[in-house]
Amino acid sequence: MTDVLDEITPDAQTEAAPAPDCRHWRMETHDDILRLWLDCEGTGTNVISEAVLRELDALLDHAKGEAPKALVIRSAKPSGFAAGADIDSFADLRGPQAKEKLEQGHAVLDKLEALPFPTIAVVHGHALGGGFELALACDRRIGIEGVKLGFPEIQLGLHPGLGGTFRLTGLIDPVEAMQIMLTGKTAHDRKARKLGILDALLPERHVEAAIRDMAAGGGAQHDTGFRASALRTRPARSFAATRMRSESEKQAPRAHFPAPFALIDLWEDHGNDPEAMQAAEIASFAELLESATAQNLIRVFFLRRKLKEAGRGTDGIAHVHVIGGGMMGAGIAAWSAMQGKRVTIEDIDLPPLGKAVKRAAEIYDRKHLTGIEARDALDRLMPDPGGLGRARADLVIEAVPEKRELKEKIYRGLAETMKPGAILASNTSSLRLSDLVDAAPAADRFAGLHFFNPVSSMQLVEVVSHDRADPATLDRLAAFVTGIDRLPARVTDYPGFLVNRILAPYLMEAMVMLDEGMAKEDIDRAALAFGMPMGPVTLADQVGLDICLEVANSMRTSLDRPVAKTPAWLREKVEAGETGKKAGKGLYDYAAGEKPPKEPDEDAAPETCDRLILPMCDAAVECLRKGVVAEEDTLDGAVIFGTGWAPFRGGPMRYARTRGVSECRDRLQSLVTRYGERFTPDQGWDDLD
Amino acid sequence: MSRPVYLVDGARTPFLKARGKPGPFTPVDLAVQCGRPLLMRQPFAPTAFDLVILGCVNVIQDEMNPARVAALRLGMGEQQVAFTVQINCGSGMQSIDTAYRYIREGSHEMILAGGTEALSHAPLVFRREATEWFGEMAGARGALDKVRAMAEVRPDFFSPVIGLERGLTDPITALNMGQTAEVLAHRFGIDRTTADAYAVQSHQRLAAAQEEGRLDGEVLPAFDHDGEAHARDDGVRPDSSIEKLAKLDPVFEKPYGKVTAGNASQITDGASWTILASETAVEAHGLTPIAKIVDSHWAALDPAIMGLGPVLAATPLAQRHGLGVDDVDLWEINEAFAAQVLSCLAAWQDEDFCREVLGYDGAFGRIDRGRLNVDGGAISLGHPVGTSGNRIVLHLANALKAAGGRRGIATECIGGGLGGAMLLEAA
Repeated sequence: MTDVLDEITPDAQTEAAPAPDCRHWRMETHDDILRLWLDCEGTGTNVISEAVLRELDALLDHAKGEAPKALVIRSAKPSGFAAGADIDSFADLRGPQAKEKLEQGHAVLDKLEALPFPTIAVVHGHALGGGFELALACDRRIGIEGVKLGFPEIQLGLHPGLGGTFRLTGLIDPVEAMQIMLTGKTAHDRKARKLGILDALLPERHVEAAIRDMAAGGGAQHDTGFRASALRTRPARSFAATRMRSESEKQAPRAHFPAPFALIDLWEDHGNDPEAMQAAEIASFAELLESATAQNLIRVFFLRRKLKEAGRGTDGIAHVHVIGGGMMGAGIAAWSAMQGKRVTIEDIDLPPLGKAVKRAAEIYDRKHLTGIEARDALDRLMPDPGGLGRARADLVIEAVPEKRELKEKIYRGLAETMKPGAILASNTSSLRLSDLVDAAPAADRFAGLHFFNPVSSMQLVEVVSHDRADPATLDRLAAFVTGIDRLPARVTDYPGFLVNRILAPYLMEAMVMLDEGMAKEDIDRAALAFGMPMGPVTLADQVGLDICLEVANSMRTSLDRPVAKTPAWLREKVEAGETGKKAGKGLYDYAAGEKPPKEPDEDAAPETCDRLILPMCDAAVECLRKGVVAEEDTLDGAVIFGTGWAPFRGGPMRYARTRGVSECRDRLQSLVTRYGERFTPDQGWDDLD
Repeated sequence: MSRPVYLVDGARTPFLKARGKPGPFTPVDLAVQCGRPLLMRQPFAPTAFDLVILGCVNVIQDEMNPARVAALRLGMGEQQVAFTVQINCGSGMQSIDTAYRYIREGSHEMILAGGTEALSHAPLVFRREATEWFGEMAGARGALDKVRAMAEVRPDFFSPVIGLERGLTDPITALNMGQTAEVLAHRFGIDRTTADAYAVQSHQRLAAAQEEGRLDGEVLPAFDHDGEAHARDDGVRPDSSIEKLAKLDPVFEKPYGKVTAGNASQITDGASWTILASETAVEAHGLTPIAKIVDSHWAALDPAIMGLGPVLAATPLAQRHGLGVDDVDLWEINEAFAAQVLSCLAAWQDEDFCREVLGYDGAFGRIDRGRLNVDGGAISLGHPVGTSGNRIVLHLANALKAAGGRRGIATECIGGGLGGAMLLEAA
């Protein structure tokens, strides 16, 4: 079948020829309007690299000589304008060298800004970081519907460094501008237009007309408004800055995340003087770049890319059938449908299927899907009490309760119905695949696909292998995970796999601490001070005490090392139905209005922290030694994206290495003397030096 | 060319009683709810159809040509031709009939034919004067104009008419549908108790069919966004009794009328689909037909007695195929009103009527209640107008197969003075 629309849509954004001596730019002139198309060589996504800027510099000189009616800058990539600066190249820059490179980049954008004829950026898709800054250096900006502009630098422990700080605060209401830079959230098309970032928001078909209009001096001008002029005085800025600081402190403490505060200082001190702000931006950016936080967060960026790369290729999976309509099954189904897969979800009862649909509708609402997008996603998600999807699916995901006999019974039932070549994956978290594989219709097309709860916000998915799994099956599963915008981590069939194995001692040690009589709030606040997103007591409630108990038991029986004892009261609590947040009561009494603490306790005893954190590092070392995961980077990435593990510390292995391998081992050894054998350092530490 | 045409599968949503506010599904939502699993259980891709035809009377503004909207939402492909048909209460059967004729004549191999209706979504209709006033307000330029327009507002602008009530009133005779049933009850001497007894039986039959699984596979659960799973037709009242029904007041003609809310069809939302296929399609996809569609007939009469439509539409089928009353194993006569169904039965037993109107020598005969609407009807499960015609054909096919019967007729009366009928044979 021919797709007619496809047929009448050009394949490429432009047919302009490459600019002379350029690898990353195309150039053309018609109607006396010079157009520069950014088209980074050898990639589908533009980044603003040093080479891009160097070539642009020469092109601007050329443009100046030509003196066209106007200059247009846009992207030749269908995917978007530009994803940001070239992190690979600036990550290693230090000191004066960093400053020098930044100044060179600034000079190019200053040159663009100073051109005597109108300069127009046409942005589509993503225009982030350095890409956004390039657009800001133009006189006017035309957005194509669906465009997203933003500064994600803050997530890397940085702030904009190519003129974004003073250009955006100068262009729009500075408080809104600061908001964009401080949160790292993107401004979506209509919002960007409303804020005044865009001078026009159009479908592609009207872009040419808008360019001509603007080249002739037309097109609406915007007004930055009353607040912008009010904020030209320092006292007014100081007042606003104080509020921003307290907001930022709430989001992330200054001690761990200096960038927001550096950015606020910049604006407060120089908000009325672009030149001074530019100089200060360069100095501040160079300084932040050297901070441990930025270095670790930049590493997290690379870790994400690395995880993604492990899920390259095609999955050949159009239809997913999920068996089990519980929390996990529903989450997996809703997410997969939102990402474009056809999904059937099966349960033996109708009510869970109804709830699954409701949950999906709620997720789509939270993720800001438009009415039409949500409707289409819900249409793709079919509750399937009759199990019709079993025979249609390319991937069957089993997400039923953790009972071996139940899973085996389901697997045996699938043998007749699954279509040839389809994969069966289990979302089990506490059973071993080696115990389940015999019941699977085909051992080579069986594997683990371990999602984390809630699926819509936890990015990691463990792709779990076993001895008889076909590597092609694992490749397809990893590609599937990437395809639904999650991050795959390839791990082996080990108790708790990777992430839960590492997280288990964190939870189990907290139970011991409670048993010793420590206050649950104190335990949680100590962990928050380390930078964990959630204290272990809160996390245990969140995960469910019943699950914690199961995990503890499975660790005790299947690991050949001493583990923490489970207090008797934990079992009693579970038996009494106080299983955590889902039950309204666990270690905290949610039904009675009790709330877990949010403020870190910076003065917590270091020993409390060490008892919670170092066993995780130790488990990480054990996993590496046992080959559960191939390397330290994947391990750190998996733990960060699977648990939210203090990202600015770079993950458990990075933390251990920063603190020092022998120091960690010695500390564990001393904990053995004080608290018991469970702290015995893994033998793998010896191979790390 | 005249090729055999088969009904190979079909499914519907549970019929959901309108409860005073818009139900959870629009007409297309309903069609998608039962269409998805129906298509999923086929051995062929959803794109394999040549055509989609959907009956729908009350199309909502957001879903013009609901057939096409449904086809796209069901993933039947951008190239899926789809149109909507409307012949009031016959729409769901009209879709099957059109499909049947296209396939019979050789231009199509496989067609998805359905009906859908969300009566609970029937709009509030503003009076014409109110609509004009809204237009004037919108067009008013300047404050003075607006004030002037405001001054013209009248309180009755804000008491909208329920569109459904207007839809159920015949525009030629100004009789409400219930009143047309009163006319028939009077002409054929149907008393209140007989009508109520018929209604009680309808509920009992549906309840039994639900309990005994006779609707499994035909009625597929629907799931709304609020987390509700709708598994069954929810208008059924298994505990209904003649005593209880006797307490109800007449709805349309107080105080002596015989038609009450208890012996009339319920106002409900629901959708139904059938898959019609040629012999070629049956072979190509390895399908197992449920029934063969043999013939169809449409008839018209005075709108004031539209309830006799089944008699005028079904009789020519019997005559064309030389069938006596006992040659038809199962009958589905849509239960718009108990008095109306009973009047049809009475007409076929009335010698004068059969002679003068139907051209028989004597009475056509008595249709055994054991062969008629064996698993309940619109009185117990509701009458989503654009859907009912589809449902009775689908259920007749399934019931014939289950009973091992040979022949069946599904027929309905149609507001406006029409009747439709379809003759099926076991495949």
